[in-house]
Formats: sequence, structure tokens, C-alpha cells
Amino acid sequence: MLQILNLSKTYKTGDQALKSIVLEVPKGQVLALIGPSGAGKSTMIRCINRLVEPTGGKVLLDGKDIVTLGSSALRKARREMGMIFQEYALVERLTVMENVLSGRLGYVGFWRSFLRRYPQSDVDEAFRLLDRVGLLHMADKRADELSGGQRQRIGICRALIQNPKLLLIDEPTASLDPKTSRQIMRLITELCAERGLAAIINIHDVALAQLFVPRVVGLRFGEIVFDGLPTELTPDKLNEIYGEEDWEATIETVEVRQR
Amino acid sequence: MTQTSSSHKVGQRWRKPHFISNSTLRWCLAVGAISYLIAAIASVEVDWARVYEGLDRGFDFIMAFTQPDFSSRASDIWEGLLESIVMTVAASVVGVAISIPIGLGAARNIAPLPVYIICRGIVAISRALQEIIVAILLVAIFGFGPLAGFLTLSFATIGFLSKLLAEDIEAMDKVQAEAIQASGAGWMQWINYGVQPQVMPRLVGLSIYRIDINFRESAILGLVGAGGIGATLNTAFDRYEYDTAAAILILIIGIVMALEYISGVVRARVQ
Repeated sequence: MLQILNLSKTYKTGDQALKSIVLEVPKGQVLALIGPSGAGKSTMIRCINRLVEPTGGKVLLDGKDIVTLGSSALRKARREMGMIFQEYALVERLTVMENVLSGRLGYVGFWRSFLRRYPQSDVDEAFRLLDRVGLLHMADKRADELSGGQRQRIGICRALIQNPKLLLIDEPTASLDPKTSRQIMRLITELCAERGLAAIINIHDVALAQLFVPRVVGLRFGEIVFDGLPTELTPDKLNEIYGEEDWEATIETVEVRQR
Repeated sequence: MTQTSSSHKVGQRWRKPHFISNSTLRWCLAVGAISYLIAAIASVEVDWARVYEGLDRGFDFIMAFTQPDFSSRASDIWEGLLESIVMTVAASVVGVAISIPIGLGAARNIAPLPVYIICRGIVAISRALQEIIVAILLVAIFGFGPLAGFLTLSFATIGFLSKLLAEDIEAMDKVQAEAIQASGAGWMQWINYGVQPQVMPRLVGLSIYRIDINFRESAILGLVGAGGIGATLNTAFDRYEYDTAAAILILIIGIVMALEYISGVVRARVQ
């Protein structure tokens, strides 16, 4: 469904963030993208929906190359890719409902969105999603009144209401405590399974990734150095991705948790 | 290695490095600045005999505040005040309305370079030309009266508000705007959802502050014939009617203070 061919990105400063990435994500597959800070994880998912312009290669979504799209076609393509952010990226001074409905901006005209007169089907879906993540009672609260975990749930609703085929998820748990992190990861993987969504999840926490996803891709210096099952992530592989470190503890905790 | 390098530092004094490391240059600049300051103050000529004479007049002026005369020129004052308020409100509304698109254009993070340069240019021109100079020019074009004042204040509002709005937009949280972009929003929707909520409190606060400034300015613009309460005030001074002038000044001060209070309340509400 998503095919990335020789995708590369060189920043104006000369930093080669991505070096000819090749990756294929089939429909409904959730994969974790791991790697050290600066490996290009964030650049990679931003190149997919062109929040960052790639300098070369192709991104095919159902066969259509996103890299060459003009601005209005790009808007249409972006509707099919929901994005979830590290610091939630909710618009703080808007209400929860406005934030969720903003996921429909690619579908509704300017005046409808300006006057907040969304089609009833969108409003119904927003309520259903809020109910699904357990925050229906917060609909008219301002986004900045919510806790971190609650904000991330709203971020998930905003991405899902786009009715996407693919979720691009940038460090969803980096600002959350360990328990909330696991709840959010569980929610994301459950929702992807319910809706048959593919997802690319950038994540720092290797153990958390191993716990929830069926496929892990390791990125180092802008290149894919690992692509396989979570159980195949041996200390050697982790050394290759992150550099020398004692990984026994990390891997052990996962094995204990999985038992 | 670290131990040997730190051990020879231990026991040594530590001082924050000087901002200007060359000590000769540093001392020359300090001595130069102080001597210039002394010379500058010494060069201001004060005619103490004139000051002594003037004290009487100043005293009259201040005493006039104890018995301001609101009544003998009541209709002039009322007319001037009304004109000032109309000028202020109209210029603020028009100025703010024009400032918003220019402010958007003058923010480097959302406007393309050519638009940015044009909008920054408009801001620079508006800020470079002082209100009085603009007013003199516009009085020459449109004749005496509030039209010239209204246009002057609108023009000045654009420079002030566009610049500060643009700066606020440039300082906004990029990720919030990015999230709206990622949903496939159009440009207008992006501004409305991603940018506007972030800058709204400051925009409202600045607009109200500008109303306050415009009212005060309208009292000055009358001096060059651009209408408003300033014209009435000027006439009062020309006739040495300090009691009427005092009445006008009290009204201006009262209105400015009321606006100040209202702006505080509104700003607290929109946060």
C-alpha cells in the first residue's frame, strides 16, 4: 500500500538525513521505526506527507507518487495519512471538539470550517471517536485543560477522523509516563487493528516497541540497518542500530513482560 | 588526564570573562562614554532668569487644574471630543482591518519572500514617518478637519499593529500549525485553525492598546489642523484660557485611564 523508493533528504546545511530509503508497508501493518536521535526517523515520516520536502526518490501511496503532487492534489493525499505527534500538537486555545474536527479540514470548505458548521456525519463521528477513547465528557473543554495522556488521545481522534489509510506517528509516548505510554500504544495498535490501518510509529523505547508491534525497522545515519520481527532484535542488532551498549536488561524486561 | 588538568586550576580565582576582552579598548570606551555624557549635559544652556519668569506662568497653568472651566466653551469641547472619538474608533477599525493581512504577509514563517518584502516595506514606511509629519502632509492634501486625522491614525496603526502581529506569528508554536497542515487543510483553513488561535489574545490586546494610543494621538493631531479635541485644546492655549485647557486635559486623562482599565479587563478575558 505504501512503497518508499530511494527516498532521500539532504538539508540545506548539507546534512544527509535520509540516504536512499527503500521500504514497503502492506495494508494494515503496524511497524515501529527505531533508531538513535538524529537517525532521520522524524524526517522520514515527515517526508511521507511532505511536511518536509524530500530531495529525491518516490513515495507511492496506492501507486500514486506523493512527491510530485501539486498543492491541491497534495491536500487530497494528506487526507489519507493521519499524523500523531510527540508533543500532541493540539491547538491549545481551541476546544477538544474543534481539535478533533480539524481532522476533517481536508474534506470541508473554508466557510463551513470557519463557521464551525461541520456536516452532521462528521460531528457524529467525532463524538463516536471521543467516546471510543473515553473522553466524550471533555468535548467542550479547551485543549490546554487536558493532561498529557488525554491530549494524546485527542490527537489520535484527530488523526482517525480523517479516515486515513495510514497513520504516521512521531514519538507518541516520548512525553508520557510509562503506564500512560503503554495505554496509548495499546490504544493505537487496537484502533489500527479495528480499522485495518497501516502505521509507522517512530519510537525511542525499544522494549515498548517490541511489546506492541509485529515489525521493527531500525534506522541509523539515515539508512535502514534492520528490518525484521521484534524477537530478532538481538544485542548485536541493537549494537548495530544504536552503537555499543549493554542490552541484556532491555531485552530481559521484554521477555519477562511477554510471559 | 582530567585530574591533572583540573588540579592546576584548583585554588585559582575565577572571574566571568569580560564582554570586551581587550582591556585598553574597554577602558577607552568607558572613559569616552562618561566624558561625552558630562560634556553633553554641560552644553545644555539654561537661562535661569527666563526660568524664574516662566515659573509664574507654569504655576498659573497648574493652578488652573484646581478650577477647570468645563462650561464656558462646553459646546466646543463636546464637539472636539466627539470628533476625536469618531476619529479614534474609525481609524482603529480600519487600521486593524488592514493590519491583519499585512501582518500575515510580514511574518517570514508563513509568507513567501516577495510578499514578505513588500509587507515589511509597508511596515517600515509607516513606522519611519512620524504621525505629525503624515498629518501635516494629509492636511495639505485633504484640508483641515478630521478626515486628515482619521487617515493619519489609520496609517500609523498599520505600522504598529502589523509589525507586532507579524512578530507574534513568527514566535508561534510551529508544531500546532504543522498538525493542521498535515490534515490536508487549505491555506485559509490553516491560518484560521493553526495560526489564529495562537495569536488572537495578543492581537486583541494590541488592538485595544492601539485604540488608547490613537485617542491620545488625536489630541496632538489637532495642533496641526487635523481635527479632534486637539484643535479645541490648541485654541484654548492660544487664548491663554488655561482653565478651559485644564478642563480638556482632565477629560483626555479620564478617557485614557478608562480605556486603560477596559483594555486590562479585556486582555485578561481573552487569554
